[in-house]
Amino acid sequence: MTTTKSDLDAAPAWATRKAGGGDAVFKGTAFASACVILLALAGVFVFLSLKGAQGFTQPTEVYQRGYGDSFIGYVLPLLGGTVIAAVIALIIAVPLAIGIALVITQYAPPWLASPVAYVIDLLAAVPSVIYGLWGGLFLAPKLVPVYQWFHDTLGFIPLFGKVATSGRSISTAGVVLAIMILPIITAISREVFARTPRLHREAALALGATRWETIRMTVFPYGRSGVVSAVMLGLGRALGETLAVVMVLSPGTIFTIDLFSGSNTPSIAANVALKYSERSPGTLEVLIATGLVLFVMTFVVNFAARYIVARQERKFAV
Amino acid sequence: MAKSIDVSDLDIYYSDFLAVQGVNMTIRARAVTAFIGPSGCGKSTFLRSLNRMHEVIPGARVEGKVVVDGQSLYDPMVDPVAVRRQIGMVFQRPNPFPTMSIYDNVLAGNRLNSKKMKKSEADAIVEKSLRSANLWNEVKDRLNKPGMGLSGGQQQRLCIARAIAVEPQVLLMDEPCSALDPISTSAIEDLIHELKSDYTIVIVTHNMQQAARVSDETGFFNLKATGEPGHLVEFNPTKKMFSNPDEPSTEAYISGRFG
Repeated sequence: MTTTKSDLDAAPAWATRKAGGGDAVFKGTAFASACVILLALAGVFVFLSLKGAQGFTQPTEVYQRGYGDSFIGYVLPLLGGTVIAAVIALIIAVPLAIGIALVITQYAPPWLASPVAYVIDLLAAVPSVIYGLWGGLFLAPKLVPVYQWFHDTLGFIPLFGKVATSGRSISTAGVVLAIMILPIITAISREVFARTPRLHREAALALGATRWETIRMTVFPYGRSGVVSAVMLGLGRALGETLAVVMVLSPGTIFTIDLFSGSNTPSIAANVALKYSERSPGTLEVLIATGLVLFVMTFVVNFAARYIVARQERKFAV
Repeated sequence: MAKSIDVSDLDIYYSDFLAVQGVNMTIRARAVTAFIGPSGCGKSTFLRSLNRMHEVIPGARVEGKVVVDGQSLYDPMVDPVAVRRQIGMVFQRPNPFPTMSIYDNVLAGNRLNSKKMKKSEADAIVEKSLRSANLWNEVKDRLNKPGMGLSGGQQQRLCIARAIAVEPQVLLMDEPCSALDPISTSAIEDLIHELKSDYTIVIVTHNMQQAARVSDETGFFNLKATGEPGHLVEFNPTKKMFSNPDEPSTEAYISGRFG
């Protein structure tokens, strides 16, 4: 566009008049808000990188206060704990959340659907310290018989080893996390399921599909990408949740895939919370470095989710 | 396999709102019956009550009788799913399943109805249905492409192929051409002519020329008055409807002097 001043002068007034200043103000505010978010995120990353860099190369005895002889040895067990707790949470929460979302959107009459949806949303508003207290003091002992059953019947699988009598194991942490991520997965799944076009649903129904067949033919294919992002958001929360894990898990020092052991390593976030007040030299740097690992991992998971969602959407757009 | 439909004293409700009142008619087998009338007069609602699609809307219900082949569709023992397998439906806007190929779209109904099909059997059904829907020659080389990639008119014929693949007794069409261009419309009308030798066809249309072109019998629906339920004003052979209707309001509507 090469418009000279004389061109503008020649144009009639209606063509050159700017449409109100409100537009510019709004654009500026919105743009600034977006930039602040990016700056904050970049700031966190820079902080973690600068401070955490020293955490990679501390003397061996610093790492030995933790779980290994080197940074890798220190962080891997924690990463393992993080992943195991999050995976248990997903295994429990995802089918449950999808089931609840289906009931709310497809099966339940309105008088039942809205209160159920409301209660599920309410679960998200409960502070994690409450879940921690409840999980550690009430739920953990109650789960011991369940774990015992798994150990007795499936004990030959290394996952189901000897059961800690307190029940405060990584699996209990996973169960509590599942309850915590249930609302967000349910809420988003509910939204996408409810938006299944009536046209598609009626196409299936008119062919003589039962309700479940209609769901399989229309609701799931339409909602798949939305459910994937819902699960990823839930996973993000499960990876990062600190307080509930600290309170539920009795932290040990050895990494084991034994889900019921009372001495498993905590998650990264829980470990930071546990060791934060120790203040022995070097520890803080190592903790920040583990934080960086968690940060990067969360990013990777999120980008993977975005990629899957985008790919799904491309498939729909013919 | 084509069957006639007897409707007696049918009242159709949305919750407490009476949408259509007191419909009596006999829809002939192996013929095309068209419903015309102004928007909102209940002709689509009536059509949807013929295969129990009306009741998928929460609160919707009917009173009265719809009898196909001696069986009352609204008998408490009758499963609406079974009704819809016998009475197929084509909608106003083409609605192929977006995640399915052309091939899978045609077979969607058959896969619901039955046990495992042999590949050769499935291929035969796909070809037969697509041929019946006059779509085979256009898509035979790309059966595994998504159904949504077709043009609007092709998509609508795909939906017709999907509906007839399960060999229903009756085919209901709810304004099947209103989202299509004239050429696609003409293709569908030709198709309706061919299909009526095998199926009982009921079509709702806003286009009176279309009703005159494709149907053997025509029903005119109208509201009794603003805010009153819709009702069937006149039901007669199409020739008579468009030349010498019994009711003055039918004549007024058909000749465009409606008000």
